[in-house]
Amino acid sequence: MFDFIFSHPREVLALTAEHLWLVGVSMLLAIAAGVPLGIFLTRRPRFKGVVLGGNSIIQTIPSLALFGLLLPLPWLGARADRLAVFALTLYALLPIIQNTYVGITGIDAPVREAATAMGMTSRQILWHVELPLALNVIVAGIRVATVICVGLATIAAAIGAGGLGEFIFRGLSMVDNHVILAGAIPAALMALAADQLLGLAQRLLARVGHAR
Amino acid sequence: MNDSPAIEFAHVQYRTSGNRVLLFDLNLAVRRGEVLMLLGPSGSGKTTSLKLINGLLAASEGRVSVDGKPVAEWDLIRLRRHIGYAIQEGGLFPHYTVWENAALVPKLENWEPGKLRARVEEVLNMVGLPPAEFDTRYPHQLSGGQRQRVGLARALAADPPILLMDEPFGALDPITRAELQREFKELQQRLSKTVVFVTHDVSEALLLGHRIALMDQGTLRGVYGPREFLAAADSAVKPYIDAFRAMQQVFQT
Repeated sequence: MFDFIFSHPREVLALTAEHLWLVGVSMLLAIAAGVPLGIFLTRRPRFKGVVLGGNSIIQTIPSLALFGLLLPLPWLGARADRLAVFALTLYALLPIIQNTYVGITGIDAPVREAATAMGMTSRQILWHVELPLALNVIVAGIRVATVICVGLATIAAAIGAGGLGEFIFRGLSMVDNHVILAGAIPAALMALAADQLLGLAQRLLARVGHAR
Repeated sequence: MNDSPAIEFAHVQYRTSGNRVLLFDLNLAVRRGEVLMLLGPSGSGKTTSLKLINGLLAASEGRVSVDGKPVAEWDLIRLRRHIGYAIQEGGLFPHYTVWENAALVPKLENWEPGKLRARVEEVLNMVGLPPAEFDTRYPHQLSGGQRQRVGLARALAADPPILLMDEPFGALDPITRAELQREFKELQQRLSKTVVFVTHDVSEALLLGHRIALMDQGTLRGVYGPREFLAAADSAVKPYIDAFRAMQQVFQT
């Protein structure tokens, strides 16, 4: 069953690295955009419907269709990996925005009120109270987003962006399960590893934060 | 400092965004160094009045002044650091230790480290939490009474001339509550801060207050000294006096 993997170690490693790169860049972008957006929503809740609703709509578009739909766009469509990263970022955004928002709004009202009453500026409240107390919820969102992203990134191979999906699509067209597994197994392991790692981070933060 | 009252309400009305009026035409002056108790049932407007003082809420009509200057003209951050604030359950930062919670305002004010350390130590001792034993504990490792003490230490740390207290002892068991009330009274006699203290407990009001402002449904019914209060003819005072007398009788029999 693992024949193909062991006979093609270089190729497997190369595609795994590519996959990691797609996921890594997408997640960094999603965090860089999602956390500030989530914070923004706590300050301007009237935009909540638009932002979260718009994002939910994106989530409902099948990934293959989204990759295809974005293809004709001028700058994005020029390179397959660029386009894949963009699409993956869009998918990863929702859980991050949502958890940032929920994490911050879920902080006990008396704590926030005391912070204001002590004369903290809203920036001080954000950095010293809201973000530290919401951090483990935010990390939980990043965790969900990462696992989704590892899975979806396999589809990116359909538009030629590379990654472990290459094996899966190749295997499908060759009707060769060994080749499919060469893509599926590393992808699954990657998802599990990311889940465990971020789960660990979350538990550590929860311990500090609830001791908090 | 000037000889204006520490805090003054002039024709203050407060409406919610839904246009419900929570406070009708409040006129009240708090003298320097006095403990003024805002007494009333829930929904009477006492917490609303308190929050108008440090700008957590803004008056819809009229003017609230602190040290002779309208709250609207104060830099709110400056104003709040000039006023200590203690609330029920403490409202402590759960991710800060006792020490960090107590040091919050002096730290915001960028006190130099030596002065900060000395002051936090002093203030923790003052509220009966020796730093050697308590400084590294987190709020969840404390009893309700201890949390309340930290809340008080935090409010006192930067030595503000004014203290606002919103039912600070409300969630405590009767014994701890009596203990904290007694200690607060001693502390106040030593520090002579201007204190506005919200309570719904008539014996607390009589015990701690120099004057008692009785509130009911968003209106100030009257301001009385403790003796005057027990002799007042106002129908709104009567249930409180009855409750107080009933309790006294329990203790006498």
